[in-house]
Amino acid sequence: MSWIVAILLVLGAFFAFVAALGVIRFPDFYTRMHAATKAGAFGACLLLLGAALHFGSTRAIITVALIIVFFYLTTPVAAQTIAQAAYRRGVTLWPKNGHDELAEDEAE
Amino acid sequence: MYFEELGMPLAPASLIASILLVAALALALLRIVKGPTPFDRVVALDLIGGICLCIIVLFAIHFDQQVLLDAAFVIAIVSFIGTVAFARYLGKGGDQ
Repeated sequence: MSWIVAILLVLGAFFAFVAALGVIRFPDFYTRMHAATKAGAFGACLLLLGAALHFGSTRAIITVALIIVFFYLTTPVAAQTIAQAAYRRGVTLWPKNGHDELAEDEAE
Repeated sequence: MYFEELGMPLAPASLIASILLVAALALALLRIVKGPTPFDRVVALDLIGGICLCIIVLFAIHFDQQVLLDAAFVIAIVSFIGTVAFARYLGKGGDQ
């Protein structure tokens, strides 16, 4: 059991580090938002699962389940809100991104 | 000094995880410093909130105290509300 907790700790911290690396390395605002929200939420949830396995009590498991459900409900909402605000204010997409589907939808 | 008390599998895992999380904090702070638009800074701030939640959970495992998980829950709520408030304020035409 302790080995599983150790593996979950290292994996969760690694995914949080990958999220920060994506925020640094990606060329565009929208791709940065993508990397930060998805990988960051996944790493945090792996660490929380490790904490639930480490404690094993009912209170810790209930708290961890609450945090994971809340995180998975609110992280996409925050990401979509920021992306919509940035698109309304005219933040440019990456030029190699292909076509802009939202502009095509609003043109119709 | 603290890491040897945890036993064999948890001690190196805790050390590696803490090093990775501090490196992630440094990278997100670098994006806050050099972000071209305010939206980049808001995204990096949201990521810093997530990394702070990870660090609090690591402390809870490290010092064997379940009370810190409630602090992690509060951090998640406050980070989400701050991100949405920043997005509303910037989308309505605030500080360019």
